[in-house]
Amino acid sequence: MTSTTSAAPAAVGPAAGQRRPGRAGRWARGAVGVAGFLLLAEAAGRLGLISRAALPLTSSVLWRAVLLAGNGRFLADLGATLEAWAVGMAITVAVGVPLGVLLGSLPGVRVATRAIVEFLRPIPSVALILLVSLLLGPGLRMAATLIVYGAIWPVLYNTIAGIDDVDPVAQETHRAFGFSRFDAIWAVSLPSAAPFIGTGIRLASSVALILDIATGYITGPINGPGIGAYIAQQSTGASNTTVILAATLWAGVLGLVLDLLLTGVQRRLLRWHHARLGEP
Amino acid sequence: MSRKRWRWASRWVVLVACVVGWQLWTSAARSSFFPAPSAIVDRMYQLWFSGPAAHVFLTADATGNILPSLGRVFAGLAIATAIGVPLGIALGRSPAATVYLNPLLQFARALPVVTMAPVFIVLFKLGTQMEIATIVFGTVWPILLNTIDGAASVDPVQLETARAFKMPRWERVVWVIVPAALPKAFAGFRLSLSLSLILMVFAELVGSSDGIGYEMSNASNSFDMTFLWATIVLLGILGFLLNELLGGAERLVLGWHTTNRRD
Repeated sequence: MTSTTSAAPAAVGPAAGQRRPGRAGRWARGAVGVAGFLLLAEAAGRLGLISRAALPLTSSVLWRAVLLAGNGRFLADLGATLEAWAVGMAITVAVGVPLGVLLGSLPGVRVATRAIVEFLRPIPSVALILLVSLLLGPGLRMAATLIVYGAIWPVLYNTIAGIDDVDPVAQETHRAFGFSRFDAIWAVSLPSAAPFIGTGIRLASSVALILDIATGYITGPINGPGIGAYIAQQSTGASNTTVILAATLWAGVLGLVLDLLLTGVQRRLLRWHHARLGEP
Repeated sequence: MSRKRWRWASRWVVLVACVVGWQLWTSAARSSFFPAPSAIVDRMYQLWFSGPAAHVFLTADATGNILPSLGRVFAGLAIATAIGVPLGIALGRSPAATVYLNPLLQFARALPVVTMAPVFIVLFKLGTQMEIATIVFGTVWPILLNTIDGAASVDPVQLETARAFKMPRWERVVWVIVPAALPKAFAGFRLSLSLSLILMVFAELVGSSDGIGYEMSNASNSFDMTFLWATIVLLGILGFLLNELLGGAERLVLGWHTTNRRD
């Protein structure tokens, strides 16, 4: 409800004076921004403002990135990174959402487990890379385990927050009509918490990608799979910054595509929600 | 016993039960990968907290590794905040500039910063500079993007009122825009704090000659499992304390905001 009240004045406020660019206008301006940045970086390299020994020219990084797209080994590593992300996120959502619903609907259990959660959550998941690599060895199982440990917290916390936010009147009404507690969760709590859960999953996805690549990078020299391992292997020889930056570019594209994908899915699944708030 | 007290007790009872169960399981299983919690705590005490009283009981190992790690986290977050908040307020108040920069910002946020570590190693060489650069580059985006959001959603009525009272521009920024952007900036900062710990450990694992990550990689190379577990538990405790610290700061700075909302 708060979003409707806060969205309304924004629409008539600062935007009213200026003409707001449309969708196409925003895309065009964004493209101008990107092109401007690339040109500036290229010019700085060519004019010697940035030493070429430290950072390669933008054009050579872009060209190398194009070449990487046709490199079988790099594509296999990209696939391995994507696979670990997908497996890790699937487990994260399959465990995190039901657990969040459980803890959100049973305050007694939540209070009792809070101390454990508060001690487990702050352990940075990269701290577990070495332990898990000794336990499981590099590979998909290891990457997925670490992803689940790091990514489950945003999903869990956002699901609990979403369940807390459920309108108690709607819930009581549903129960007054004789539906069971489980039905009330399925029909009232989950749909109402869905936007929160969606945000949690998007946060989790970016953490998952960082862990995915960090795991590959640290265990990489022992021939682990993934973009992280690819970058680690490229950086062990003579410092080959061009390849590393080109691979980084693809890693960024991957992060962006996954985020857009999740946003798209969320929008599609939650169309009713956006419609209710009067958003496009 | 009151209900509140009962809840408080149940929290600790469950935690203690878990630790006792862990202790019993590890002493029964005798796995070299899972040392008993008592052994881990003992090692932590020996390693870091058995120093002289003059050094607050910290050993030389603790001051030589824990303090540099914490210093990197604080320095990285301070620089990221010093860049992210002013820039975020400026961009949040100029939607035209934000439209041009938006794709670049979204890309930078989506970039998994760990891939940049080898580039930073080339640029800054191994050591503290490279570690701080990694933390700054990774944590600045949540702070920046959230501050943009916060500054863009200032209540226009408040701004118009300030203008009507002929408040000078910088006073409007300090008294109207900054307070309105702060809650969002804090939300970004909370995300950056947990990211900064991840990046600190990562950067120290990749290339450092001191710090908790460095100790961790030593422990792993010598297959000293109790040592490795001790560093993991230490990081958990530090993460917990930093989060509590941030929670306290948030209550202090944003107290007015939550009381406003409660009305």
